[in-house]
Amino acid sequence: MIKVEGLTKFYGDFPAIQDLTFNAKRGEILGFLGPNAAGKTTTMRILAGYMPPSSGSVRIAGFDVLEESLEVRRRIGYLPETVPLYPEMSIWEYLEYMGSLRKVDNLDKRIDAVIDEVNLGDRERSYIGNLSKGLRQRVGLAQALIHQPEVLILDEPTIGLDPAQIIEVRELIQGLGQERTILLSTHILTEAQQICDRVIIINKGRMVAEDTPENLQSQIAGATKIIVRASSETRELVELIETMPQKMDVIAGDSEGEVMISAAPGLDIRPLLARKILDAGLDLLELRTTGISLEEIFLQLTQSEDKDEGEE
Amino acid sequence: MRTVFIIAKREFRLFFVSPAAYSVSVMIFLILGGIFFINIYFGLRGGQIAPDGRMVISPLVTILLFATPAITMRLLADEQRMGTIELLLTSPVRIWELVVGKWLGATGFMMLILGVTWIYPIIIHRMTNPGIDQGVLIAAYLGLVFMISAMLAIGTFISSLFNNPIPAFFITLTLMLFLWIIGGLGSGSGTASEIASNLSFVAHYYDNLYRGVIDLGDLVYYMSLTIISLFLGTQVLESRRWR
Repeated sequence: MIKVEGLTKFYGDFPAIQDLTFNAKRGEILGFLGPNAAGKTTTMRILAGYMPPSSGSVRIAGFDVLEESLEVRRRIGYLPETVPLYPEMSIWEYLEYMGSLRKVDNLDKRIDAVIDEVNLGDRERSYIGNLSKGLRQRVGLAQALIHQPEVLILDEPTIGLDPAQIIEVRELIQGLGQERTILLSTHILTEAQQICDRVIIINKGRMVAEDTPENLQSQIAGATKIIVRASSETRELVELIETMPQKMDVIAGDSEGEVMISAAPGLDIRPLLARKILDAGLDLLELRTTGISLEEIFLQLTQSEDKDEGEE
Repeated sequence: MRTVFIIAKREFRLFFVSPAAYSVSVMIFLILGGIFFINIYFGLRGGQIAPDGRMVISPLVTILLFATPAITMRLLADEQRMGTIELLLTSPVRIWELVVGKWLGATGFMMLILGVTWIYPIIIHRMTNPGIDQGVLIAAYLGLVFMISAMLAIGTFISSLFNNPIPAFFITLTLMLFLWIIGGLGSGSGTASEIASNLSFVAHYYDNLYRGVIDLGDLVYYMSLTIISLFLGTQVLESRRWR
């Protein structure tokens, strides 16, 4: 549904994005994850047909975003990062205007449906200028959905919302993703983890990773972490575990007698660890595995990228 | 063209909730009303001036010089300032449709104001016997329609250059004044004077149309200004996307 190849955009001499290549299938929620100024908004804008790339190509639903821009724009719904609305219009008037520009059939019925979909039922005659940020975000989402697009491009859809509104919008996006392709940019890692089928991590305009959140966790982070707590001093415990022949990283934990261990993928060292500690005459108080979070992966990837650049 | 009319309709309706549009309308009708009253009360009744439907047109033309920049200043500048242009240009709207739609909405509003000013000639016509020369009046109003369209197109173009309506207002006003006063340079002889005269907003109106003579050259002049300005506005917005 979305096919991006070698996408590059320069602002003057500054490369905002460089050589991005990725695809998104029908019915997939693809998360675009990156720190601020990573190039997420630029990518979204190019995909939405708002600005052309410096080089590379984008095809949406089989149409080239540059050559067949109108066809692409008919098929996408776009929610920019800061939802731009007309404060002097009511929600109904605004949706009527955007729907007419998109030549939506049976517009009145469609407005009713989309207002229900984004839960704005009791506010349809309210003026946009009087709405809270959360409600404005929903109006923005409603305009993106008014023409039932095949592809939804959402740039930071939960930014500035309160926790309850964030949960609501996330649930709404998950529901929408069952029928259409959604490209969602965010810098909130838990958001990508919760609602995206696949995640692309970009940093300084370059793609640094692409996979499902689960695969990223297992592949990029490598091993699972193991937390061990025993009846001894931390230093003593670290030394004891380091005498084991298996290759692993051992670091002191948060409390006395606690260590964190990262072992190579596919190796379950928990039985060996337990035996080693008990054989040393210590009491084993805790032994558990913990998954590495997307947050840690993100930091690992973006920091290693920065480090590589520094070394060059 | 349907998209153009959708944009024009929204723009037209927006003028009815816009303080700037109300201020412009009040200014036009207060000044014209005052001038009309003075002319009728002191001039026409005393027999000092002949009944003429155009007695409000000269002041109207001068007022329009200041009124049209106020009407056009926010047309595209506001869309750029608020970011709403991002949604318009990611919906299936061509840039020229946006520019022409905005201009058409503003033109519709100004035509409504112009239509209301028709009340003054009607009053004079009913007050005098045998009435006023309606042929001259129609030619003068036709000229105003073309002139206002050109002024609004220039304003729309200038508005496309800015993200803020205030500079758009002053630059439009400056450009209008230039096209206004350049007519003064056309009074001499020589190529420069001829060019100045051909570029002049005033000369094309007062030399023929105001006198009741419909010259195709004058209409072509205003139409050319309109088309060129709208084309330039479209190019400006297009170029902004590439930056």
